[in-house]
Amino acid sequence: MSAAGVLLTGFLLLGQTADPAAPASGDAALAVAAQEAAAEASMAQGESVDIAGAARALARERGTNADQGGIWIEALWNQVIDPYLPFTVPEWLLVAVTLLLVCALVFGFINVYALFAVWLERKVSAHIQCRLGPMEVGPHGLLQSIADGIKLTAKEDIIPRLADRPLFILAPILVFTGVLMRFVPLPFGQNLTASDLDLGLFFVAAVGSVEVIGVIMAGWASNNKWSLFGTIRTATQMVSYEIPIGIAFVAVIVSAGSMSLQEIVAAQRGWFFHWYVLENPFLTVLSIVYLIASLAECKRAPFDLPEAESELVCGFHTEYSGMRFGLFFLSEYAAMYLVSAVAVVLFFGGWWTGLPFLDDLGMSPTSSPIASLLGFLLKASVFVSKAVFLVFVQVWVRWTLPRVRLDQMMHLCWKVLLPVSLVCLVGSTLWHLACGGSGLYGLPALLGF
Amino acid sequence: MPDIKTEEMLLNMGPQHPSTHGVFRVVIRTDGEMVLESESHIGYLHRCFEKVAENNTYIQVVPYTDRMDYLCAMANNLGYAQTVEKLMKLEVPERAQYIRVIVTELNRIASHLLAFGTYGMDIGAITPFLYAFRDREMILKIFEKLCGQRLNYSYVRVGGVTFDITEEILADIQRFCDYFEPDTIKEYNELLSYNGIFISRTAKVGVLPADLALSYGVTGPSLRGSGVKRDLRKDEPYSIYDRFEFDIPVGTGEMGALGDCWDRYMVRVLEMTESVKIIRQALADIPAGDFCDKKAFRGVKPPKGEVYHKIEGARGEVGFYIVSDGTTKPYRVKARGPSFCNISVLDALTSRGDCMVADMVAIIGSLDIVMGEVDR
Repeated sequence: MSAAGVLLTGFLLLGQTADPAAPASGDAALAVAAQEAAAEASMAQGESVDIAGAARALARERGTNADQGGIWIEALWNQVIDPYLPFTVPEWLLVAVTLLLVCALVFGFINVYALFAVWLERKVSAHIQCRLGPMEVGPHGLLQSIADGIKLTAKEDIIPRLADRPLFILAPILVFTGVLMRFVPLPFGQNLTASDLDLGLFFVAAVGSVEVIGVIMAGWASNNKWSLFGTIRTATQMVSYEIPIGIAFVAVIVSAGSMSLQEIVAAQRGWFFHWYVLENPFLTVLSIVYLIASLAECKRAPFDLPEAESELVCGFHTEYSGMRFGLFFLSEYAAMYLVSAVAVVLFFGGWWTGLPFLDDLGMSPTSSPIASLLGFLLKASVFVSKAVFLVFVQVWVRWTLPRVRLDQMMHLCWKVLLPVSLVCLVGSTLWHLACGGSGLYGLPALLGF
Repeated sequence: MPDIKTEEMLLNMGPQHPSTHGVFRVVIRTDGEMVLESESHIGYLHRCFEKVAENNTYIQVVPYTDRMDYLCAMANNLGYAQTVEKLMKLEVPERAQYIRVIVTELNRIASHLLAFGTYGMDIGAITPFLYAFRDREMILKIFEKLCGQRLNYSYVRVGGVTFDITEEILADIQRFCDYFEPDTIKEYNELLSYNGIFISRTAKVGVLPADLALSYGVTGPSLRGSGVKRDLRKDEPYSIYDRFEFDIPVGTGEMGALGDCWDRYMVRVLEMTESVKIIRQALADIPAGDFCDKKAFRGVKPPKGEVYHKIEGARGEVGFYIVSDGTTKPYRVKARGPSFCNISVLDALTSRGDCMVADMVAIIGSLDIVMGEVDR
């Protein structure tokens, strides 16, 4: 089942390599989406040529190697492995192997991370609740998730008799694929990404909707009234909260002048006040809006209505067991990391530590390979640490707050977050026009820093 | 565009549902998330307490009373024991009276702690539940030391209590009181009672007007949440409750509407403070002496007659009506379980058309029912 998700992601990557301008050529619907995105992007550029240009200039000034971007494995191959091979490898084989390798790496990362995140969630919740949590399997229960994973895979695969079989089987795959595909443009460090799409941010937002379809399928196919309730709630919630998230994306795109996740991070180089969260007050507010909305998009407390245990038993995956449930579970934790990583990219400086002397490590063309490697590892670990910290915050919130009601959830989205984010989008754009990208509300620039 | 056919959905909540607090079934007619009408079905836990009681001796009935409201078994024991004592016109030793008050109030705290915790869980906050269980555990440990049982005590019996209370246990209770009040209750209020989301979920939800509550025979914290200051411990003092100073907390409508879920919830939290107050006074005054009437322990044979006696349990009026024919077995026992009367108001609260599925859970939780007592 997971293999299907991996393969789909692989196709996507293939489309990307073949034709960088249309990142989603593998799928008709996605191609349409991409065209719309292109139209939107050109429109945005038309309106704000200066902003985008200024940002690019700024980025160049700070010595970003955005233009040298590319698949990092390629560099590894060209410089380290290929010269020492006794035979030449055909181009197509290289591409295929690279793609599979990238898929396997992303998939492996999700799996390893999910095992860790489940353990983290159980440990954090336990300590919040004056308990110890898992202690038996491995040191401090570290291997508990592996034991649970084995249990899940070994469980009997039950499909209710009255369920819609094909949909029931397809739903978890689709949900997981939706999450997995969003990992494609996601950076794990500088130049460390499956594929640096030009429309990266748009792609993340667009592909996320696939997950909703999977959820609707799951709830409908289960033929269970509680699942149906969960499904309707999920669909309502995810569709609503994508809007404030989308607006937060646009505001950052205006500031960075690019939709590429790599370039957005590159534009935040320098002192930590160049991070977009400290760029101007509107972006600060937007980062909070994004964090709230992403909680809702991940169906996490206090917005866990779709799975509200005390109301709906288990929501849309009530009827699922074994590894099918495992896939839903995996996608939930993968989505948690994903929204956190996107938050890190958009607002919290990506892989930059916020201290230029640390960030400059291995960045100059003359630096030694060791320094380059150290800098590379530092950036990757900084990025993942930031993302995992935000995952921790989500866990922390979940075990502290009660759950909101459906109408309150919609009220928050449409009457609070949406107007606030729209105002902030306009405010942030104007601020950017007036002050440029000086950071920390423009104060350092005023003080001549 | 053709007309979309919409229809109402009939939803079975229970008998196996996480938040019906036992095997309780509500059939709800829903329009999307709105509940149009609900219909309660009970009886899944019926154990024929009243019939069983007719075939057992007076002393043998005591363990069955434990299993009615298993979260506040001491109050049931006390209610039954006092009814039989009233029938026999038996005077219970002074020390036993004090012990009974202490354990009943401790049990009331334990019961309210559980209500607090599970209510938080119904609303979606899981952490308060474990905090409440942590503190409830201290009370259960004390009871375990006292009578060897954690839930079904059968501790209060006709003529007194089973075992004497030792100095060590009294010290434990004192320690618990000092730990619990005021610090821990304050922590609970900060954690849950005044949490914004919690208030928005419970305020103005499931408003139970005083007249409706009275007409359905709602008692206990659920009635007091509607602003009716009725508590048998004050109104018709039994045992030695007239010797203690304590207040009766009632709902104030602080969060918008008098008699809403938040009021009912808050009455329970405030009552825990009052119970601690009573326990502290009882601990200070407890006299030495016998802890039971030895004669009554050997055998109970009340004279012919009938009697009704009621006490204030954790959920309201626990009443026993006993008819004696002069033998060692009761001729007829009728038990009034407060949860049974309290749950009867549920359909009236949820069928007004302003209730959502999520509110349904909030309302059931705020009535704090124990299915063992509803069905008996």
